[in-house]
Amino acid sequence: MSTNSEPTPPIGTGPLAKREAQLAWGLLLPTIAIVSAVVVLPLLSIFWISFKPIGLADLRPPAPVVREALRGSDDNLRIEYRLRNSSQDQAISGVTLSDTIPDGLTVTDGADIAPCVVNGRRLLCDFGDLEPGFRTRINIPVQLTGDEDAVKDAISGSEPDITGSSNSILTNFEFTGENFARVFDGREFWTVLWVTMFYTVFGTIGALVFGLFAALLLNKEFKGQGVLRGLYLFPYVAPVIAVAFAWVILFDPFSGSANALLVQMGVTNEAINFFGERPLALIMVTVFEIWRYFPLSFLFILARMQSIDTDMYEAADMDGASPFQKFWYLSVPQLLGILSVLFLLRFIWTFNKFDDIFLLTGGNAGTRTLTVNVYEQAFAVSNIGAGAAVAVVIFCCLLIFSYFFFRFMSREEGL
Amino acid sequence: MNALRFGYIAGPLIGALWSFVIAVVVCIAVSFISGEGVRPVLLPSLLFGAWLGFAWLPDGGRARGQRIGMNVVTAAIPALAFLFIATPIVGSGESRQSTVILAWALYAAAAFWGTLVMIRPLPFGRATRHEFEDAVIRFLTGFGYIFFTAIVAIPFYVMVMTSLKNQAELLQNPLDFTIDLSKGWGLFRSYEELFTEFSFGRYMWTSFYVSVITVFLTLLFSVPGAYAVARLRFKGRAAFSRSILLIYMVPMIVLALPIYIAFSMTGLRNTIVGLVLIYPVTTIPVALYMLQGYFRGLPAEVEDAGLMDGLNRLQVIWKITLPLALPALASVSLYVFMIAWNEFLLAFMLLDDPSIFTLTRGIASLDSSEIPRQHLMAGSVIATVPIMVLFLGLERFMTKGLTAGSVKG
Repeated sequence: MSTNSEPTPPIGTGPLAKREAQLAWGLLLPTIAIVSAVVVLPLLSIFWISFKPIGLADLRPPAPVVREALRGSDDNLRIEYRLRNSSQDQAISGVTLSDTIPDGLTVTDGADIAPCVVNGRRLLCDFGDLEPGFRTRINIPVQLTGDEDAVKDAISGSEPDITGSSNSILTNFEFTGENFARVFDGREFWTVLWVTMFYTVFGTIGALVFGLFAALLLNKEFKGQGVLRGLYLFPYVAPVIAVAFAWVILFDPFSGSANALLVQMGVTNEAINFFGERPLALIMVTVFEIWRYFPLSFLFILARMQSIDTDMYEAADMDGASPFQKFWYLSVPQLLGILSVLFLLRFIWTFNKFDDIFLLTGGNAGTRTLTVNVYEQAFAVSNIGAGAAVAVVIFCCLLIFSYFFFRFMSREEGL
Repeated sequence: MNALRFGYIAGPLIGALWSFVIAVVVCIAVSFISGEGVRPVLLPSLLFGAWLGFAWLPDGGRARGQRIGMNVVTAAIPALAFLFIATPIVGSGESRQSTVILAWALYAAAAFWGTLVMIRPLPFGRATRHEFEDAVIRFLTGFGYIFFTAIVAIPFYVMVMTSLKNQAELLQNPLDFTIDLSKGWGLFRSYEELFTEFSFGRYMWTSFYVSVITVFLTLLFSVPGAYAVARLRFKGRAAFSRSILLIYMVPMIVLALPIYIAFSMTGLRNTIVGLVLIYPVTTIPVALYMLQGYFRGLPAEVEDAGLMDGLNRLQVIWKITLPLALPALASVSLYVFMIAWNEFLLAFMLLDDPSIFTLTRGIASLDSSEIPRQHLMAGSVIATVPIMVLFLGLERFMTKGLTAGSVKG
């Protein structure tokens, strides 16, 4: 028995650990691949686009367009190719056209068909570079040797192959800072930022407060508790487009029930345009946000409440604590963790929210948040570059938030 | 604050507040159901409630039972008389007397009974902290149930009822949600038109299979990923776990723009394939996060036993972990299905061709001034009902999965 070797802990990664890590990466690989393709790449491209002078119309890159037709008759019979550059301001380089002459037609010998050459049944044309807005016609004189209808069908049935490369604005190295200048320009940006902050802060706090209230209500056993819990989750579960339109119709200034009700009750004499007036529209979209997302915080808070040890409350009862004292000194400290996590998460999600405001007001009447501004710039104004610049601003804000989130989360949950 | 702690002050206060709340709620309810205007009157309702709150208090050493008996004579009768002199609820305009009386009856019953329950803990004189807070909590509870039920139910009620009416009825009296049952199946005309003229049946089918494919693809990717993060030790596990959450937080609109550009250029825009490519990616981070939380909670010993018995890791996942995680898989599937079914932004941006619309995109196309809005609401109902049915049927899975996985603690 050898006694000279002291038992030592294994150093470095053993073969088992290595295999485990390999397996782990193997399992993660598909996810990483697809997520980076659809999330990380777009994120990088948005930075790229934000420095580009690009509009919605530039998304279709300039391309050579060709039309083919059989014209004339008998001696004058010819195949006509009409070629043009689809773009009015960009050149296309290396344009070539190739086509097959259908059976039943033969190209007249000796005709001048430059820049094309015929090789058997194959027609090849080399146009070189097309200037912006360039148009031309090529006529290939032919003789009919077969059935005319069949030839016509063959010509309209087959498309000539055309190639050519153009300098797309998306891939060239032309940059501009104009998008950011535009985004940060003037008071509009600060209005948008202020609206975003109002919406985010009050939407988040409201949803938490109402969620807490609802959780307190349902944190006891009684008949119909399940029904009420299901009912209170409705706003969150229903499709946003359905509930948003229901709200719009409910609060319609001309024929909405809410206005009719308020007039009946003598609260107001004339109809209120809930989603069309400043600052009421902003308040209304915030209320909608609270209404739609209180169920989520309610669900989380209720789950946490039900996991609190009841012994504590019994002990407090023995000590004569009143209901409010129990809530304040026992429940609240226990709930603080989930409340702050929810606050951070909801804050970020509310900040990111787009659909709700877009559907309720379309960003009008002083409700344009940063996310709505992305859409507004990119699609309503058709300036993709400016939209991307707003998206970059959003992403930077998000990075700041998530820094706080992770700092806090690591402290709170050891994540 | 201290003055509030006397029964004869707290009781009437609670009674007054409750009575006003009830008056408002009854008026809203009756107006919405009958279509005839009734409205609460502030001062009488407060006074009547205060009187109730005072009259129901116990006095001296008399037992409450006796007291309530006496009240019928001493309190209820004057109160009823009061109801007729300065009534807390009045009809307005062309509302019928019977409607107003119905509102009165509802109001009186709820106010009498509610106040009685709420001030039950209170003595006539100085209340202890317990008694006072108990009464306040009872009031808040009653108020809370009514408040939340009302705010949740009203928009859905309006949605359903609007879809059953026609344009003329809607414009004539926006409050009138009564249903003319004599119309029979004619009530569902909007629905019929949506299915026949607007091909909502096809939208529904598209939504359904897109959602199912999304669920399937999401699980396919997230189950192995979640297992690796939850069980296997490897460098970069914490970093990976965090980046999942980070990706979860990237707003859709930021991604939608480059995706729109890329899809436009590759021809994937306006195709179902494009949609099915993109939906799972929005749900994989959520699913991964929920599932890894659940996998962590499963006992590792069972899996170790499997490993000892000669299964390899993949077999362990397939034969042991997944069967144990079935409830979690169900709730994740349900949640992902809900996200895909309800998704609006991407469908709205990427789809232009009515033959491949999803339901949400189809509803968005109804939002124009030429299409009457009962159609819009009928469309909303069509989109809402399936997800609600699914959700209510499987609610336990849903709440469990949402809370167990997505945010710990």
